Amino acid sequence: MAEAAGWVKSVLEGDRLVLSAGGDWTVNGVGTLDRQIRGLALQGAGSASLETSEISALDTAGAWLLYRTQRELAAGGVTVQLNGLDPRHATLVDLVEKADSLHAETDRIRPNVLLLLVNRVGRSVCDAVDELGHLLNFFGLVIITLGRCIVVPRRLRIVSLVNQMEQTGLNALGIVGMLLFMIGVVLAFQSAEQLRRFAAEIFTADGLAVLVLREIGVLIAAILIAGRSGSAFTAEIGMMKVNEEVDAMSTIGLDPIEVLVLPRINALLITLPLLTFFANVAALTGGTIMAVATLDVTYTQFMRQLADALTLKNLLVGMVKAPVFAFLIGMVGCYEGLKVGGSAESIGRLTTQSVVESIVLVILADALFSIIFSQLGI
Amino acid sequence: MTKEDAVITVKGLRTQFGTAVIHDNLDLTIQRGEVVGVVGGSGTGKSVLMRTILGLNKQRAGTIEMLGQDTREISTVVQRRCGVLFQNGALFSSLTVAENIQVPMREHLKLSRGLMDELAALKIAMVGLPRDAGPKYPSELSGGMRKRAGLARALSLDPEIVFLDEPTAGLDPIGAAAFDTLIRELQQSLGLTVFMVTHDLDSLSAICDRIAVLVDKRVRLGTMAEHMRDPHPWIQEYFHGPRARAAFNGSGK
Repeated sequence: MAEAAGWVKSVLEGDRLVLSAGGDWTVNGVGTLDRQIRGLALQGAGSASLETSEISALDTAGAWLLYRTQRELAAGGVTVQLNGLDPRHATLVDLVEKADSLHAETDRIRPNVLLLLVNRVGRSVCDAVDELGHLLNFFGLVIITLGRCIVVPRRLRIVSLVNQMEQTGLNALGIVGMLLFMIGVVLAFQSAEQLRRFAAEIFTADGLAVLVLREIGVLIAAILIAGRSGSAFTAEIGMMKVNEEVDAMSTIGLDPIEVLVLPRINALLITLPLLTFFANVAALTGGTIMAVATLDVTYTQFMRQLADALTLKNLLVGMVKAPVFAFLIGMVGCYEGLKVGGSAESIGRLTTQSVVESIVLVILADALFSIIFSQLGI
Repeated sequence: MTKEDAVITVKGLRTQFGTAVIHDNLDLTIQRGEVVGVVGGSGTGKSVLMRTILGLNKQRAGTIEMLGQDTREISTVVQRRCGVLFQNGALFSSLTVAENIQVPMREHLKLSRGLMDELAALKIAMVGLPRDAGPKYPSELSGGMRKRAGLARALSLDPEIVFLDEPTAGLDPIGAAAFDTLIRELQQSLGLTVFMVTHDLDSLSAICDRIAVLVDKRVRLGTMAEHMRDPHPWIQEYFHGPRARAAFNGSGK
């Protein structure tokens, strides 16, 4: 099909405005036509006619322009006759007119930007408060369900628990081990550099032991698990939510909290302490290797120093945090997953949110522990 | 555009996933301005056929021409001269309905903001959505409204060929009938060619000029009356089953 550029002209014959249009009035040319029409002087006429016999092709976009011109002139008190319109094109203009009359007017209210800003701030504050309330509610629900399930151990769903333990614990060994090993190396190197100035390199072992056992081991393991398993919980449960699997469960009589949430949280409660211990070992190994390689101490000397610093108290101070962190990560991950609704798009958003929220909560809890321990003098 | 010419020509098409052959030596010719309904049992590859014609799936053998061009890959023919309504609307979830409709315009045309808003509002009205649907996000719409919004986006560039994947599935009978009428009206006034995958017997009898039945990995194209006489057992069952009788009796076809 050869395309002829659309055109429009206006001639003022006395009191009468004669508009003529021709060429292709299709979507490809409406941009130019729109500018042409806007450039025409349409005021000041008593009556008007629109000659359309030369229009070779018309689609809804072109018909819209014809109709709009007619409507705008009519609004100014000038009635416009459409002349010479191809009957097939006429049905299009009718279609457009019918559609437009349904909506009466096309202008849109543009809200004030400042008002929008205030609105948004207020809304997000309210949302945050709501969110906290919901999370607390969910926490209670999980605790109640957990209590109910402990009474009837069959409901703890051992198969699903073991499966989750494999995914969150066993499969995470590689990454946790590797990262903590490297962090041990870095810690040893940095503290050795500083302590060397006081000729106290050997205390690298003490620093390493305290730091790793009390803080770094458990914290890094928890953050890794939040990124790795917390996000997986949200995505898995979210996908099931989108597929209405969760709703199907409820109608069959399975409690989603019991079937989906508890096995995941329980799995983390078991695996995160284990992973923490593993992380401690990896970090200490890395630190020891680095220290022996760069410092003027022998392996035996360093190990003896390290063994003195590796007290049960230090180990327990770190380990006691692990179940708390595990519970936070598991709860937030599952909660955000269950919050998914409607479209799959929200899964991505909520997964991000779940990771951020659980890491924030983990660090917050860690700070609380520090305060408590220092008050207790542990 | 009264001249009868082929807009879609498929010759010797073979599509295959792994060892499962979906279509084998399939021929199909669709004329300009006709509404073709594609029917077939579950798993006979109705949607696959549509996707293959659009170039979203690669065929193993055979040629597909659309508006005179090969569509081995998604071509400008598909992008500019075809509109596609996917099964669930496939609206971009991060954009409002009006913005969704404007996406093809933004990509392919240079229009002023005002005109785009007007055209989007027009399309929204044309597909029978309320005016306040424009600034809404797809997640705020019901399934039927999302379908209408999807159609509005498909019609955004006033295409010559429209592909519809189960347009009336999930709509209530009144909504479905309105959808049929809408497609028929648009088809008549715009001279559209419509390729429609459907299970809706009412749509078939109400608006389809010809029906492509997918059986034995091929297509049998014909009018409703021709299919009624076809001895193939599946076609017999399809067009003479209780649901078919109920749908066709009313229309008198």
